This record gives sequence, structure tokens and C-alpha cells, in this order.
Amino acid sequence: MSATPGTLAGSRAPFAERLAAVRGSRRRTMDRVMRTVALAAAVVCVIPLAAILLFVVIKGAAALNLDLLTKPPKALGTGGGALNAILGSLQMVALAALVAVPVGVLGGIYVSEFASRRSARAVRFGADVLAGVPSILIGIVAYTLLVLPFKQFNAAAGSVALALIMVPVIVRTTEEMLRLVPRELREAGYALGVPTWRVVLSVVLPAGRTGVLTGVMLAVARAAGETAPLLFTALGSRLVNVGEFGQPMDALPLFIYNGARQPITALNEQAWGAALLLLLFVLGVNVAVRARSWGRRAG
Amino acid sequence: MAIEIRPREDQPVVTTRPTTEPASARVPTRAPEQAAAARTTKIEARDLNLYYGSFRAVRDVTMDIPANEITAIIGPSGCGKSTFLRSLNRLHELAHGARMEGRLLIDGVDIYERSVDAVDLRRLVGMVFQRPNPFPTMSIYGNVASGLRLGGGPKPADLDEIVERCLTRAALWDEVKDHLGAPGTSLSGGQQQRLCIARALAVDPEVILMDEPASSLDPIATLRIEELMLELRGSYTIVIVTHNMQQASRVSDQTAFFSMGEDRAGYLVEMGQTTTIFTNPREQLTEDYISGRFG
Repeated sequence: MSATPGTLAGSRAPFAERLAAVRGSRRRTMDRVMRTVALAAAVVCVIPLAAILLFVVIKGAAALNLDLLTKPPKALGTGGGALNAILGSLQMVALAALVAVPVGVLGGIYVSEFASRRSARAVRFGADVLAGVPSILIGIVAYTLLVLPFKQFNAAAGSVALALIMVPVIVRTTEEMLRLVPRELREAGYALGVPTWRVVLSVVLPAGRTGVLTGVMLAVARAAGETAPLLFTALGSRLVNVGEFGQPMDALPLFIYNGARQPITALNEQAWGAALLLLLFVLGVNVAVRARSWGRRAG
Repeated sequence: MAIEIRPREDQPVVTTRPTTEPASARVPTRAPEQAAAARTTKIEARDLNLYYGSFRAVRDVTMDIPANEITAIIGPSGCGKSTFLRSLNRLHELAHGARMEGRLLIDGVDIYERSVDAVDLRRLVGMVFQRPNPFPTMSIYGNVASGLRLGGGPKPADLDEIVERCLTRAALWDEVKDHLGAPGTSLSGGQQQRLCIARALAVDPEVILMDEPASSLDPIATLRIEELMLELRGSYTIVIVTHNMQQASRVSDQTAFFSMGEDRAGYLVEMGQTTTIFTNPREQLTEDYISGRFG
């Protein structure tokens, strides 16, 4: 470039000349290359999801029938369905949610509303660590504490393990969502002489309820898909178990796991059917959450 | 300093207001003992210092706020006006590291005494905020009733009447009476602010603090809030923080001018009758601020 920085206006080359000098075709090529690489990476990210969806839907749809939804499995691959697993998943996730939702929401409220900065950081850190613990370790803990002493695989232990997976998710989303509630709203409550607990319960929590509910639903979806924590707690069962939490119980992920590793085609197909059910449930929850927040924004 | 934009038709309203008359013209019309009775002090601040951690936001404020009048607090940004206001209902202490020194008395009661509960105090010292903040999950009715419903006391049997009375006093009843069940946030900004005033009135406070209540509103909505303040004057002790000096001169009886010292702490420069402060202030600093030479 001909111009030296800091020269007086009059001594500069004409504008058009300088513009031509700085125009870099190399830079534009580089732009294009980078954009293409980024696009390719993005496509690679989406392909697995599409592949999984396609695969599970095609394989699962073939196995999907009324029997799968309404009948327990028959002896070794002679038909029947996944009713034991469907009911088991529903029960164990429901019990886990019953424990994890109050604990998680109240924990999130504590961190966002009451905790000092130090204890908030401590709880937040604890929740993050718990969320990062491999789920099989949570299963081992539940096994040690709730299976070994009773010498009995049981659904309650499975629910506790699932609850441990749900709690940190709920704590963190509740906290984040409540922190989005404007300070002015809390102050409006305080300024009316409303006690703190009432402000939290009647003003802050309702204002953040959509977000809190989103966190709960995502935690439920996450727990419904967990296999490892159930392997040596609820164990799985070929019998329909309703309400007997002291006994082994099946779950959709366990049903898939057990069915897929048998050298029996009929069981493999049932596993695909169960996989589709699980996928539909998890996707359904995710879509419902998105739809809620979209509807919220639009309204 | 902002140039004021206001519709012409409100001009006569302004000139009929007692606050725009010189104080000397007003006082002799009252009997001496009436005047004395009317000038009882509601709030006394004595050597009040307010801190955020080690930062002193307000320094050595001593002032008397008269009962059932409107006292305006003016001053440049960051001079501790809002902090001072928020110490009057003990909202200040909710901030991290906030503390106070000195004494604050309302009707002779030290509101920072150990025996005084901040939650109880706030029922008697209401507040209206800078931005309208109706509870988004509550209806118009629910917003007005919220203080009584959530306050922990017994629920009054005549809640409907209270809601109607407060909305009427806040000059909002006619606009909302047919859709009391609609969300409070469905109203316009000015209506929301009047809803917030109705909400504050519902718990029957004695003092109403207003932190720039019209700064987010358009001129017409602002005018309505000011009219409302003048309606409430006489029944409530109103303390208003405002950036808008015309507003202070229009609505207030007393004006306190705060400024910021070398140490960035806000302090009270002077306080007096609004007409005096705006026409003949004692301090050069006040005159400079009022005439727009700084701030």
C-alpha cells in the first residue's frame, strides 16, 4: 500500500486507488472456504440425528402394533409386547419425579432467592458435578445402598437412581429461570409488606413457572431414557409389575437392552418397537417444551 | 436539561394548582393553629448514612419530611436519591452488603429499631417504582388485592369494595371495571402505573414512596400520574424522586436537592418550600442545577 498511516489528508492517494489496493481477493476466497467448512461441520452434526430418527422409525414402525402396547412379552420370543416395560418406565419415572421435583425446585429456589453468594456457588457447583457423574456410578451407589442391604433388586432403587439424575437438572434450570424474573417484581411484593416466602411462592415462582416446568420436563425425558442406573437396581422383568416397588421392574431402556442382545429376531424386533416408543416419548416432551416456549414468545 | 413537552390544554390545570402559588400567598389563608397542625413532621432523618459494602452512597442526611404533603427529591444521577428513598421502607437493606447508620423516624418511631419488622413497616410505607411492575401472573383485580391476599393477615370480607375504591382513587376504575379479570400486564404503561398505585393504596399505607414514577411514561400518562398525586396529597405523605424538575415544581410542596460529593456520596444540599427552592435557593449549587448549568 502506498499511503503511510498518519499522513495528511491532502497527501493521500485518491480514494478509488486506495480502495483497489486494499481489496483482497485472497481474503474473499478464504471467506468462502471457511463458510463451506463450517456448513459441512453443521451438516455432519445434523446427519446422525436424521439417521437415528430414520433408522428407528423404519425399524420400529414394523414392530409397532397393538400387542406391543397392550401385552406383556411371552416366553422367549414367541410374541407378546412391551407392556411390562411401558408401565415400569411410567411408574419409575413418576416416583423419581415425585422425589426429584420438590427437592430440585426448592433447591433451585434456595440458590436463586435465599443463598449467600458463597453457598449459592457451592450448591451450583455440587449440582453441576452431580449432573456430570456418569449415570452408571449413580446406579452403583443406588445398588450399594438400596439393593445389597435387602438382597433384592427393586424398582424403588431404580427410582432413586433416576431421581438423582433428575435433581441437578431441575435445580439448575429452576435457578436460572427464577433469576430471569425481574428484581422489580420481587421488590413490588416486598414493598407491599408481603413476607419473603410469600413473594417467592406467589410472585417469583408463578412468573418463572414456564421455565421451571421446562426444566422438569427435560429432566423427565432424560430420566426416561437412562439405562445404566437401572441395570443393577430395577434389573428388568418379563412380568408386568404394578405398584410393587420392592420387586424388580422393567423399563423401556432395559427392554431395548435385553431384547437387542438376544440372538432371537422376534426379540430384536420388539426392541426396535420399544426404541421407537421411547424416542417418541422423549421427542414428544422436547417438542412440547419448545412449543410452549414458542407459544409464549409469540403471545 | 430536558425541554418539557406537554399538551397545551393542561396549562390551566397547572395554574390552578395550589403548589404553583408562592408559599407566602398560601399560608396566610390558614388560621395559625391550622397551619401548625398541617405542618407536622412525618419522617425525620437524622445523620443518615447509607452504604453498599464499603461504598457510602448517602452521607449525613438530616431532614424532616412533612405529613400529608408531597416532598420531591431532585438531583443529578448517582446522588443517592433512590437509595435514600429505599431506606424509608427498608428496601435498601435487601441489597448485598447494604447497611445504614443514623436514625430514621416515622411519627417518632425509629423504623430501624430491632423491634420493628421490615415486612410490617412496608405495609405502612408503600412504594411505586420507576417502571410499572404489576404482577404478570395476576389479573387487574388480583394485583390490587395482592397486598391483602399475600400479606398474611386475615382476608377482608369486603375485598371487592376495597379493590373498587382503590382503583377509583387511582383514577383507573372506569377504564378497567369491565375486565377486572384481564392480566395486569395487558394495560398500557400509564394504566399499569396507576394499577401499581392502586395496589399500593390497597394495604392502606400512610407514606407512599415514588421512585421516578413517570419516567417511563409518555407526557399524557405522566400528567395523569401527577394529577393523581395531587389527589392523594392530603391523605398520604408522598415522597417522590424525580429527574424531571418541572415535575417537581408542578407537584411538590417541599423540594430536597441532593448532590454528589467528592467521595461520590450523595448528600442533601438544601431543602425547603418548592417555590423557594426554584425561585430563590440559598445555595449556589442548587441554583446552578435548577438553571441547568450542571447535572
